Amino acid sequence: MSAIVLNEVDPKKRRFLIAATSVVGAGAAAAGAVPFVASMFPSARAVAAGAPVEVDLAKIEPGQMLTVEYRGAPHWVIKRTPEMIAQLAKNDKFLADPKSEGSKQPDYAKNDARAIKPEVFVARGICTHLGCSPTFRKELGAADLGADWPGGFFCPCHQSKFDMAGRVFAGMPAPTNLVIPPYKFVADSKLLIGDDSKA
Amino acid sequence: MANVTKQAIEPPIGGPLGKAIVWVDQRFPLMALWKSQVSEYYAPKNFNFWYYFGVLSTVALAIQIVTGIFLTMNYKPDAKLAFASVEYIMREVPGGWLIRYMHSTGASLFFVVVYLHMMRGLMYGSYRKPRELLWIFGCLIYLCMMAEAFFGYLLPWGQMSYWGAQVIINLFAAIPFIGEDLSVWIRGDYNIGDATLNRFFAFHVIAIPLVLLGLVAAHLVALHEVGSNNPDGIEINKDLSPDGTPKDGIPFHPYYTVKDTVGVVVFLAVFSAIVFFAPDMGGYFLEGPNFVQADPLQTPAHIAPVWYFTPYYAMLRAVPSELASFLPATQFYGVAIMGGATMILFALPWLDRGKVKSVRYRGPIYRWFLAAFVVSFLILGYLGVVSTTVWGQLPKGLAIVGGMDVATLVARILTAVYFAFFLLMPWYTRKDKELPEPERVTY
Repeated sequence: MSAIVLNEVDPKKRRFLIAATSVVGAGAAAAGAVPFVASMFPSARAVAAGAPVEVDLAKIEPGQMLTVEYRGAPHWVIKRTPEMIAQLAKNDKFLADPKSEGSKQPDYAKNDARAIKPEVFVARGICTHLGCSPTFRKELGAADLGADWPGGFFCPCHQSKFDMAGRVFAGMPAPTNLVIPPYKFVADSKLLIGDDSKA
Repeated sequence: MANVTKQAIEPPIGGPLGKAIVWVDQRFPLMALWKSQVSEYYAPKNFNFWYYFGVLSTVALAIQIVTGIFLTMNYKPDAKLAFASVEYIMREVPGGWLIRYMHSTGASLFFVVVYLHMMRGLMYGSYRKPRELLWIFGCLIYLCMMAEAFFGYLLPWGQMSYWGAQVIINLFAAIPFIGEDLSVWIRGDYNIGDATLNRFFAFHVIAIPLVLLGLVAAHLVALHEVGSNNPDGIEINKDLSPDGTPKDGIPFHPYYTVKDTVGVVVFLAVFSAIVFFAPDMGGYFLEGPNFVQADPLQTPAHIAPVWYFTPYYAMLRAVPSELASFLPATQFYGVAIMGGATMILFALPWLDRGKVKSVRYRGPIYRWFLAAFVVSFLILGYLGVVSTTVWGQLPKGLAIVGGMDVATLVARILTAVYFAFFLLMPWYTRKDKELPEPERVTY
């Protein structure tokens, strides 16, 4: 009979076994967390729900704004008047990013009017600061916005101001110009928001 | 087999109840717990008015849990049904209006008493050694309360619920690199919708409350381990009677249970007065735009968080997205300042290098800093409620600040004061001329 001494413990081996078991256990716990973390991402149905939206421009008068819902967020379509378009160039020196270098828009809208056609302005109506929807304030020199207000958008949440091309004025909480979504003209007076593929 | 024979236990009272207590005690340390935690837990005898707010926080928590359970019975966490189900609770469920007003008032009063409780800790140095962990548990409770309040605020699915949550979730989107995906993950959709409401319900009614209760238990265990601080900031356990009890301590029960009962009655009187006579508190406890159903296409004309978040909100608004020309323009700076303002509380025990704990024996510099801190917090709280144009604009001709909103400039200065209180603390608490602490507690 070989003597088994029960009291003899190898502390090095024990520490190694504890560490190895802990590492494997932690790995298992992390793997177990994967389905729970994944379950909080958008579901297949939510991902599929982003279909493009068609807009009939004939319904909009010059100077008027139409709000449509695309991917759960307000999107604006505005028919700009010639005066509104003429004002844009005069705003440049007061803007944070007049050329939209650091802002999000498709390449075909990276121009002075930030649009395919200057007279039709399309933008995602969500402030780039913290996601409120700015209000359309086209009246020049509005009492609460100052006598030199050139018309544009005003965010009620944190008072960011944008011009009629969705370009943010300097010194505002919003860091970049409003986002221009992908869009295309399917006919002269029909617009498709959310799809700019060439047919 | 080690068969432990329990000692014969004397019944604390006669009759069948006494026998029942003995029966339980042989199987569970009931009397031992009662004695060690309540009837023979010695608390300093010089507690003042400020020491009500700990027990009042517990009362507020209990009110929130009980009213919350009953609201859950009729509320529907569905974007199509939520708003109507709250109206249903208010108009058709018997007593529903009362339970909901108790819950909404309870939320605000919970923050009132917790802010006062934290103020007490600040003034008397209750975060100092050996109570650092007690303070940290408290800070974690405060974070949980903010999360709980935020998740709960979406549930009525009103305009303020929706746009408030939109703003707060977008704070996370400002975090560099992962922000955009993180905000989608939090919402469960590209915009706030049914998925968001459903998960916020889960967080509000089960996840956060469980964590909160665990933290409250840890807070109390830590408190009873180190013993309560007191307005003089001296340790009562250093001076013991021959029987081993502190000379300056009295048993929690019956002395403080009786005192606290008076405080609870006064609190409940104030609570009831608000519930019955001013449940929306002029728009501060329940905001006007929240009586309109959430509309993802239209932000209300004026949006402000509920009052207990407004100091941090004012800081967020005060920080511009362009700090310097060589840094990228992002709203993350404001978010970092806002987060830093709450996180810095955790560091407090290690920032304070004073020899004394209580404001009673602190020197003049500390007192001025504390006063400036409190005033800044209150004014920031006010500025967070109102529009930034409230105090008009500075004349255009001024250097640097010309044309700026006065309120924004004030908010920037006060944000600096708020942080100076903490960040300069290692310097001014060491330099300050402190008074000698007394040997025994004073009244």
